[in-house]
Amino acid sequence: MAQLTPQQRDAYWRKTSRLMWIIMAWWFFFSFGVHFFAVQLNSITIYGFPVGFYMAAQGSLISYVVLCFWNASAQNKIDEEFGVAED
Amino acid sequence: MANQTSSSSFVANLGKIYGVYTGGFIFFVLVLAVLEQMGVPNKILGYCFVFLTIGVYAYIGWISRTAEISEYYVAGRVVPPFFNGMATGADWMSAASFISMAGGLYLGGYGALGYVLGWTGGYVLVGVLLAPYLRKFGQFTVPDFLGVRYEGHTARVCGVVVLFCASFTYIVAQCFGIGIITSRFLDIPFEIAIFVGLLGILVCSMLGGMRAVTWTQVAQYIILIVAYLVPVVWLSTKLYGFPIPELTYGQALNEIAQLEQKLGILKPHVGAYVDAKGQFSWVEFNNFWALTLCLMIGTASLPHILMRYFTTPNVKDARTSVGWSIFFIFLLYFTAPAYAAFAKLEVYTNVIGQPISALPAWVQNWSQVGGLLTIKDANGDGILQLAEFIINQDIIVLSMPEIAGLPYVVSGLVAAGGLAAALSTADGLLLAIANALSHDIYYKMIDPKATTLKRLVVARVLLVGVALVGAAVAGTRPSGIIQMVAWAFSLAAAGLFAPLVLGIWWKRTTAAGAVAGMIVGFGICLFYLVGTRYFDMQLWFGIRNISSAVFGIPLAFVVTWAVSLMTAAPSKEMQDFVDSIRTPKGELAWVKGAVHD
Repeated sequence: MAQLTPQQRDAYWRKTSRLMWIIMAWWFFFSFGVHFFAVQLNSITIYGFPVGFYMAAQGSLISYVVLCFWNASAQNKIDEEFGVAED
Repeated sequence: MANQTSSSSFVANLGKIYGVYTGGFIFFVLVLAVLEQMGVPNKILGYCFVFLTIGVYAYIGWISRTAEISEYYVAGRVVPPFFNGMATGADWMSAASFISMAGGLYLGGYGALGYVLGWTGGYVLVGVLLAPYLRKFGQFTVPDFLGVRYEGHTARVCGVVVLFCASFTYIVAQCFGIGIITSRFLDIPFEIAIFVGLLGILVCSMLGGMRAVTWTQVAQYIILIVAYLVPVVWLSTKLYGFPIPELTYGQALNEIAQLEQKLGILKPHVGAYVDAKGQFSWVEFNNFWALTLCLMIGTASLPHILMRYFTTPNVKDARTSVGWSIFFIFLLYFTAPAYAAFAKLEVYTNVIGQPISALPAWVQNWSQVGGLLTIKDANGDGILQLAEFIINQDIIVLSMPEIAGLPYVVSGLVAAGGLAAALSTADGLLLAIANALSHDIYYKMIDPKATTLKRLVVARVLLVGVALVGAAVAGTRPSGIIQMVAWAFSLAAAGLFAPLVLGIWWKRTTAAGAVAGMIVGFGICLFYLVGTRYFDMQLWFGIRNISSAVFGIPLAFVVTWAVSLMTAAPSKEMQDFVDSIRTPKGELAWVKGAVHD
């Protein structure tokens, strides 16, 4: 029953890969993209925090926690859709 | 198995057990606080913190002792995701995170945020690219995966070599941190202190392997996070009347900026990519992203972290567990920049500009620990100038409660936390090394017929041996904690990331390709590290050797890709095997002849 046809398997892996690339894109944005502009962002100050500094010190970290839980739940949905989730 | 029932009721009651434990720990700290007010000397308080916490870890290690292979190597695969997250947090956060990182931020300002980013963002890679698939694979070690996926001992041995080099460098750094803490709080020489601390590591890991280490690490996480948060929350309340340091330290940053102008400091704390003169510098810019990248990829390559995800009950739990791991790690990292800012503010306002004769006792105490703090009245005016106060990044966190004038019990608490961080990571690393040697080299290659008893004896002997050598090397003080740890990350990243990720995500990866990629990637990284560190080699593009892997990682991918395409595609069976790793449900389609349990 867990056996997928080759077509189903490919479809499953396509969806999984798509999710992977989406999360990797966000990861890249929060790990590198934002910080490339740290100097410019630092000229904005919110509650005493220069924004460029804040993103590297805290903003990006929040995004990582969200990304990890998001990945877990989105991948579980894909697993259930294809009937390959564990019992 | 009588063991089975008692361990399943243990797992069902984890919340209650650790809840009581946390309450007990807080009660213990309060009792010591009262004792301090009653005039019990600081030295006794220090002893209480060090010995009582190590005693608790030893007790957990003792009751978790086991003679079963799967308990010893993967904690019986019963660890719930939430608790595996805590254990990973302790496994992860080492002396470098706890003791040195805020110190690095104190000295380096924005430039050191590369550590904060690098040591958290890697979990996204772990959760998306590796952990669930390694859990489905479900063997005991990371080299196991390489050995099966790349059919043969060559890949397995390459994996063990990289694992050994990275984890050993890492262990030396932890022993160094343990040495600093025990020597300061027990008042004994550094070289002896290292070996006292070592006993603390061994009692946790030797008898119970992964099972003991897991449950000790959960206990250690609780202590280390409490210890890290208490002084910062306290200071935040003291300075700004609000107990959430992550919100209030923006004001501290402002005050620091004003003091920097007053003191004539050219390099601002929050300035991004600036050199010592406060000018924008491309070298700093490149080093920042290179360090972030190396640390993140290193996170996703370090076997002592990856093997934690072998211990969850199933694939789904492995994914959720990565989420909990990053959450528990986040709690500390999110706070570190505040810790650094408060420490800097305290030093700039209460230490600099004071008469040297009137400096408090902590200066004297810390000056005695191996040259980590020096005060020299260079211009002979009797007043401490900024340039005359040289503090090592490894003692900022440990000494901050004293600098800020908090009760000594907080210092003791922080020491206990730092010790928990260093011990828990050292345990995980030791186990990763000893498991690789005993399981991958001894059992899989030398004596596949070895009995369970013999395998476990070999594992334990190796564990003790590696620990002793690690402590001996640490006694020679090879470098600062954070640098050594960063090297370990680079070594692991350059050697292991490409073969692991491609092995799962690209079916066409061949054994020859993976082995070539590992050798070239790891080789270049090691060459750059050793060359620049010991032989005065020129830096390439100004990249410091803490980010050595920045050259090795892409090279490993390119070489693996090119050599794979030049060699014959993996067999149909191997491709089916990869498919079976990719789907959470169902049996693994083992390739004929693959050695597995």
